[in-house]
Amino acid sequence: MVLLAISRPSLASEATGNGTENTITTLPIVIWKWEEIHFPYLVALWVLVSWLCKLVFQLNPCLTRVIPESGLLICIGWVLGGIIYGADKVQTFRLQPFTFFFYLLPQIVLDAGYSMPNKLFFGNLGAILVYAVIGTCWNAATLGLALWGCWLGGAMGNIDTGLLQLLLFGSLIAAVDPVAVIAVFEEVHVNEVLYILVFGESLLNDGVTVVLFNVFDAFVSLGGAQIDAVEIIKGIISFFVVAVGGSLVGVVFALLISLLTRCTKNIQIIEPGFIFVLGYLSYLTAEMLSLSAILSCTFCGVCCQKYINANMDERSVSTVRSTMKVFANGSETIIFVFLGISAIDPSIWVWNTAFILLTLLFIFVFRFIGVFLLTWILNQYRLVPLDFIDQLVMGYGGLRGAVAYGLVLLLDENKYKEKKLMISTTLIVVYFTVMLQGITMKPLVTWLKVKRAAVSERTLAEKIQNRTFDHMLVAIEDISGQIGDNYMRDKWNNFEEKWLYWLLMTPIARKSCDPIFNIFHKLNIKDATSYVKEGERRGSLAFVRNESKADVDFNKKFGADFSEMIRDSVPSVCLDMHEQDLKMRESEDFDAHHLLQQHLYKGRKQHRHRYSRKHLEVNKDEHEVQEIFQRTMRSRLESFKSAKMGVAPPKKISKHLKKDQPQKVREACTFSSFPLVFITILLEFLINLNLSPGLAGIVNPAFMAEMDTMDPMPPMQQIPSWLAEAEVDSSNMVPSQRAQLRLPWTPSNLRRLAPLCLSTHSNDSFLLADSPATQEGISELPPPPPPQDGQGQGTHK
Amino acid sequence: MGSTNSTLSKIPNVEELMQETGFTPAHIVRLYDRFEALDKEKTGHLRPQDFGAINRLAMNPIGDRIIGAFFSPGQETVDFHSFVRILAHFRPADKKHPKDPSMPEPVNSRTSKLKFAFQLYDQDKDGKISRAELLQVLRSMLEMQVTEEQLESIADRTIQEADLDKDDAISFEEFRKSLEKVNIDHKMSIRFLR
Repeated sequence: MVLLAISRPSLASEATGNGTENTITTLPIVIWKWEEIHFPYLVALWVLVSWLCKLVFQLNPCLTRVIPESGLLICIGWVLGGIIYGADKVQTFRLQPFTFFFYLLPQIVLDAGYSMPNKLFFGNLGAILVYAVIGTCWNAATLGLALWGCWLGGAMGNIDTGLLQLLLFGSLIAAVDPVAVIAVFEEVHVNEVLYILVFGESLLNDGVTVVLFNVFDAFVSLGGAQIDAVEIIKGIISFFVVAVGGSLVGVVFALLISLLTRCTKNIQIIEPGFIFVLGYLSYLTAEMLSLSAILSCTFCGVCCQKYINANMDERSVSTVRSTMKVFANGSETIIFVFLGISAIDPSIWVWNTAFILLTLLFIFVFRFIGVFLLTWILNQYRLVPLDFIDQLVMGYGGLRGAVAYGLVLLLDENKYKEKKLMISTTLIVVYFTVMLQGITMKPLVTWLKVKRAAVSERTLAEKIQNRTFDHMLVAIEDISGQIGDNYMRDKWNNFEEKWLYWLLMTPIARKSCDPIFNIFHKLNIKDATSYVKEGERRGSLAFVRNESKADVDFNKKFGADFSEMIRDSVPSVCLDMHEQDLKMRESEDFDAHHLLQQHLYKGRKQHRHRYSRKHLEVNKDEHEVQEIFQRTMRSRLESFKSAKMGVAPPKKISKHLKKDQPQKVREACTFSSFPLVFITILLEFLINLNLSPGLAGIVNPAFMAEMDTMDPMPPMQQIPSWLAEAEVDSSNMVPSQRAQLRLPWTPSNLRRLAPLCLSTHSNDSFLLADSPATQEGISELPPPPPPQDGQGQGTHK
Repeated sequence: MGSTNSTLSKIPNVEELMQETGFTPAHIVRLYDRFEALDKEKTGHLRPQDFGAINRLAMNPIGDRIIGAFFSPGQETVDFHSFVRILAHFRPADKKHPKDPSMPEPVNSRTSKLKFAFQLYDQDKDGKISRAELLQVLRSMLEMQVTEEQLESIADRTIQEADLDKDDAISFEEFRKSLEKVNIDHKMSIRFLR
């Protein structure tokens, strides 16, 4: 509506504009300056309108559950397009390829690269490349050939095209689109391997698409006669050049960014800006050199994320993250809205039923065939094969989107007489895949998974046991080390530590990559602040346990509970659990089931992947991991103490542990060095206190008893009930061996921290509970003068 | 790393091991490499601290229990044979081989897997999971926010459901029965150990 009002005056004022300029007879107080600013105004207005569309369908939440957001945006685009067309009788606004490729796409790709879970990506890179390269070539070739066959057979009537043109068409429509895939897979949460395969494929196939597009375009220009072996070989070579070249450009820019962030300590305020500018430049540079721009941008993001996250200040990092999400999400919205608007334009529509239907059919069929074939080949080599359902989802998730549309618009009308037909077909394909496949993806996955989910978890025992099995499997996987241990990975980590850290990271960042320092530092600060806060708040130090108990309030309505749970977590298709719990409503076991549901540790298998276009929060899983880790360490310490192990000379920290966790706390595995810290601290304490050596017979080192002996109770006068009752099974001790390893710190530094504490998650509780030599050392510990120590802790950094 | 054969020849009684566990030579070699990687001091045995060095195990609520399961009662170290034998529990079951009643139960049969799982609970090896043992496991697998009363009520209900002979403990048979609907092979197998 607003646009109509604006566009009309624009035409009107153009006419009178000249008039008013030349003949003003009096001082105009206010002038209508439409023509001068109409371009930026329209741009801003369109951005606003597109983003407002997102608001519109949030009004009705059930709608978003059924139709993916991208589909809804397209629908709104249709409505808007209809309005504009109705007003102007011509489609004044359309998604221009230039705008799309240079202003809307880069930030999406940069965001994808920056937020890419690197370990997963590189771990599956082989499979991803197979799907991206061979899969896309297969799709393009089969589609082109099939269409050509049908054309020869006369099914399409009289259209002026040829084999090469159809191959070109095949190549541009074959590629799975990153924008559409992300948009739909956001709603449907699948396991992380599947996700990374589809996602990675959609990003990397751009290399192939660009090459095929250019090659076939050139062939069409050359004409069929001139194509001989040389040209074909050149085509193949160009593929490698484009793909590898594009990636290299990205890597070069990643290096630049990392080096730059090394030096921007003093201009932290615009530090985040550099990422965006350089990321964009990487895209443009690759485009300028006619290499694959998407690959360049992706690899730029992928390679630099670690270093810039380490180099930059916390606030800069979160600024970068949020801003990227804003841009990426915003661009995506605009793209889909305009995809809708562009359709409402009779001038581009040429309808050829056979062509369109055949294209749809072939795309679908050949995608599935391609996926199954390639997966079958890959499964021979993969450690963890992809099962049938995953393949089905992968095939079904081959969505086409705006990239195809953008490419088809770039075609030259003179060479391609049937350009309009191709545009129409592309649009239909995009709508079909995004809307239909998007809508049906979730129900399909649910149906498949529910069919497969054998366990009904009716009884508590089953529920507990299933979780135990999950943890067990993860543990055995870790022990047998098949997943994760990798000769290449170790070599890369070595190289990285030796050279890259030195080159690309500031000295401070490097030091904080030393995991122990980092964690210790973080936790100290955290504990200090929480300690002081609590003290202030309570006025006394009788801390009780964290009172925001996440226990379910059983007075609440059942429905409300679950909608909260569902809304809180990223939506998942693991609906088997929800269904069962719904059925549990009436039984009195509901409380117990619900409790288990909420509070059982999830374990690695159920942790969801971290990349999400919409959600920024830190994964709750990290807290869980932290908690588990602390408890394990506590128990080991406890057993170590109980075992009264002989004092072994501390050794240097083994190199391999350091290698594994160069990252910040964000990576779960940084906590692996926890044991070193605390066990060695303890050891030093105990050594100094002359513990009697002598090994208690390590009979059956089993899991330690009540870790709750360690539960943080600062004044130590208050011992929660279970603490007092804790049975320490003294016959089964795990000798805590990490006592072998030593930290570079002296105990004196750390001792200062001893009588502190204590949020439930504080590591200081280790020291606290353990400082004196006795088992129930609690009583013997002189109650620390808390306020002073609070200060001490506060100042100790 | 050496070729398969040369590595195999380093392992004593490897034929017997393969027979007993059903692993292929390639697997044995892979596991041997892993064993050696874990055994940093090259003693030929693994101690709990070698397992403890696996970082990710510390992030597992029952990690230490699993470590414990590798050590037989009275032993402080694990040699390669025991290592492989325990891991053999997690092989997917061989569907093709017919049940031969004269042969001992294969290591990766449903019963053996269940026995292994049962052992994790039953620390004192009395053949029953007592209430206290169950509480221990529950405590380790639940978040810290869960109170003691809630924990006890869950444990009580669990025992109530599974305990058929009302002795306030879960025997192996009751354990097995409570899990009859669960696809143990699926839940307790690791594909790459096939």
